[in-house]
Amino acid sequence: MSKISRSDKLAILADAAKYDASCASSGSVNRNSAKSGGIGSTGGMGICHSYAPDGRCISLLKILMTNYCMFDCLYCINRSSSNVRRAAFTVQEIVDLTLDFYKRNYIEGLFLSSGIIRSPDYTMEQLVEVARRLRVVHRFGGYIHLKTIPEADPDLLKQAGQYADRLSINIELPDDESIARLAPEKDGKLIRRSMNNLGKKVREAKAERKSSRKAPLFAPGGHSTQMIIGADASDDAKILTTSNGLYGSYGLKRVYYSAFSPIPDSSSNLPAQAPPLLREHRLYQADWLLRFYGFSVDEIMQGGSAGQLDLTIDPKLAWALQNRARFPVNINLADREILLRIPGLGGKGVGKILQARRFSALRLADLERICQSVKKILPFITTADWHPGKQLDSLNLYDRLKPPPEQLSLFEA
Amino acid sequence: MNMVTGDIQGAYRITLASEVDRDGWRDHARRLLQAGIAPEQVTWTVEGRRDAGELDLSPSAILPAQNSDQPSRPVRISKTLLSLINTALLHSNADRFNLAYRILWRAQSLPGLHRNPADPDMLKLNRYAKAIRRDIHKMHAFVRFRKIGDSAGREQFVAWFEPDHHITEAVAPFFRNRFTGMDWLIVTPGASIAWDGHKLSVGPGGCKDDVPQEDVIEAEWRTYYANIFNPARVKIGAMKSEMPMKYWKNLPEAELIPSLLEQAGTRVDAMTAHTPEDVLFDDKMDKPAANLPASLDQLYALLEQRADAPMEKFSDRLVRGSGPDRADLMIIGEQPGDQEDREGKPFVGPAGQLLDRALAEAGIDRQQTFLTNAVKRFKYTQRGKRRLHETPNVGEINYYRWWVEQEIRLVDPGLVVALGATAARSLTGRPVKIARRRGEILADAEGRSILITVHPSYLLRIPDEQGRQVEYAKFMRDLQVARDFVN
Repeated sequence: MSKISRSDKLAILADAAKYDASCASSGSVNRNSAKSGGIGSTGGMGICHSYAPDGRCISLLKILMTNYCMFDCLYCINRSSSNVRRAAFTVQEIVDLTLDFYKRNYIEGLFLSSGIIRSPDYTMEQLVEVARRLRVVHRFGGYIHLKTIPEADPDLLKQAGQYADRLSINIELPDDESIARLAPEKDGKLIRRSMNNLGKKVREAKAERKSSRKAPLFAPGGHSTQMIIGADASDDAKILTTSNGLYGSYGLKRVYYSAFSPIPDSSSNLPAQAPPLLREHRLYQADWLLRFYGFSVDEIMQGGSAGQLDLTIDPKLAWALQNRARFPVNINLADREILLRIPGLGGKGVGKILQARRFSALRLADLERICQSVKKILPFITTADWHPGKQLDSLNLYDRLKPPPEQLSLFEA
Repeated sequence: MNMVTGDIQGAYRITLASEVDRDGWRDHARRLLQAGIAPEQVTWTVEGRRDAGELDLSPSAILPAQNSDQPSRPVRISKTLLSLINTALLHSNADRFNLAYRILWRAQSLPGLHRNPADPDMLKLNRYAKAIRRDIHKMHAFVRFRKIGDSAGREQFVAWFEPDHHITEAVAPFFRNRFTGMDWLIVTPGASIAWDGHKLSVGPGGCKDDVPQEDVIEAEWRTYYANIFNPARVKIGAMKSEMPMKYWKNLPEAELIPSLLEQAGTRVDAMTAHTPEDVLFDDKMDKPAANLPASLDQLYALLEQRADAPMEKFSDRLVRGSGPDRADLMIIGEQPGDQEDREGKPFVGPAGQLLDRALAEAGIDRQQTFLTNAVKRFKYTQRGKRRLHETPNVGEINYYRWWVEQEIRLVDPGLVVALGATAARSLTGRPVKIARRRGEILADAEGRSILITVHPSYLLRIPDEQGRQVEYAKFMRDLQVARDFVN
């Protein structure tokens, strides 16, 4: 039988990896090759080297080592019962491909994941070997993200953390019951135990680095996870509660939401249609409110109904409309936390307001210069020369503030 | 204090050495400031630049040389503002030197100026600095190296890039720190930068033709780009805002975008269309003989006599099923192979040996199992001395369907296992997706139990060892289901 070329394998194994949302290459240590004489550097926010027509950044070479898999998770294109074309890279092929791409400045590094072959331990060993060869043999200084396998030996996890910038374990679905139903070989408890273990190691290594610069690194870019949206019946409240718990308990850097995407040859137990991408977008916005704006899940859900976020308007605006008594806010007097709650005002805008108002009481003209758009925030603020009057009480405020319909059609494609 | 003459606007004309002569700007700015010359009186220009439409009427005044006898006024500037100006000075707009000097001038009496984001001058300076940071970021991102060769153990790469602003020299350290282990040259219209493993050098600008137009790896990069794109989510606006079209002409992957977008719709439709597979069985079947054969011997004798059997490309030899006349388990393959045809027995070739091994491991006794094929003769193409297997078509499978049915009736097994698509089609009368149906006990119209799995020859065709292992494990799992069902 003729061998599949590296290019054919790449086609199959990149296609198989595209349902993973994360392509982040940020948040790791600053590293460069000036001393090592090798290839690669990391630092700062990471670089998106290209963008696909799906609007997503291409930062890393995101591939599977193999899409052969013993597991049969219904939502997954690589499940054992799917009749997609299969292929497997050798360890060296992945190493070479990463270096070939990196040297041409196509990528920031590698995001490697894999179907489970032979055994979870065997698979994990191969993943670790790729990272080891890149770092040790080729003095590769670029970004490495390894998707770890929760069923694998904790010792392998430890090795993975020595070479990788980031590790991740996918939680997959918001609750254990759904995992049991849709991913029969997986175990929600085990996934969370591995995640806990991972979080602990990341924390410990960080603490040790504080006391000694020479302490070994362990996944300095932290760990993340991914949840599939719309493959089971979980509502937004359930999803956000799960995320909130994950951030709190395991110190995760990010929870990625991936709208369930119809996959070729899908199981009849799954919806045939994707949930609107807007839902995924709203969840990201809500996630942001949880992490950076001091909102609680309950507060965010006040803006929705029946456990679902409002798809028409963003969750902060939805919350504000349910809490009109808290507005208008005086831009010149309010504290940072209060300013952060104004719909249409982000962290940067708030920072600029706090700075600028030290010089003089802000007027509308000042705001227009320092904010992206004041139109959206007008009903919720007062300035030296502006008061929204009775706008806030008007019943059609919702309709006036919702985005114009043509903007929505972007997502219908 | 120095006395300054010529208080007409633009009386002082400063010519900087180059577009990126930030040191020159700083020296002049300091001296102008110390001489108390207001920004309105100064015109900034760059050596060799043609300032269109401007008439040089006043002879450029020569700046007062610094008078060491008099104490110079200290120039005050915060570090933050200085670094912001340093960034903004790389902007391509000709007014940047003047803007920066005006801010410096104003900052002397307004020390907190740079902290006021609402000030119009600061707003502009911040906008310029932001444009520079973005331009630098995009250059980090969109430079594409092409390999031109190896020399003394080091690989050599060249790239062409067109930045919006005068940033080329400023990005050189980034590329050195990242690509230390290789030699590289980046050519832009305004300047070129190079690294040879020891030092960075800056040279004159060039043009696109200075750089090779191909690299062997680009085909793989395009393959990656096309396959990482998810056609179920198209967001062109998001893509264009981060990767503006002006960059596309120098990005090898960008030429794929139109065709990817064009195909996206059809690809999604293909994904979401659930094939109607609700009806698995089709009972319509030709009944060629009026009398049902009473035994297997009679059945095969009858079949051998028939003149209407498809013969083109087929061997003459009919390969009978093998096993006990009555069995709990019956396994149906596709058709006899080369070796089966020579020996006149089913499952004796390589696939048969793999099946033997799998049956033994699954705890199934081959001697107690009835083995046969959906098509009873070997279909092949002659290639030299070799006879290459050829898959039977639908008509050929259908021809033998009734005969298979009779075999099942006579052997009367508790379970029929279909190996591969041909056997599955023979049993169901319809095309079957093996991956979706495998491993389950299905019931046909007569209530007979059927299990579908892959053909062992499929396992032999998998090129990777790892893939074979996984697929073999799955095959074993299906056989174990069959064993548990009949036991």
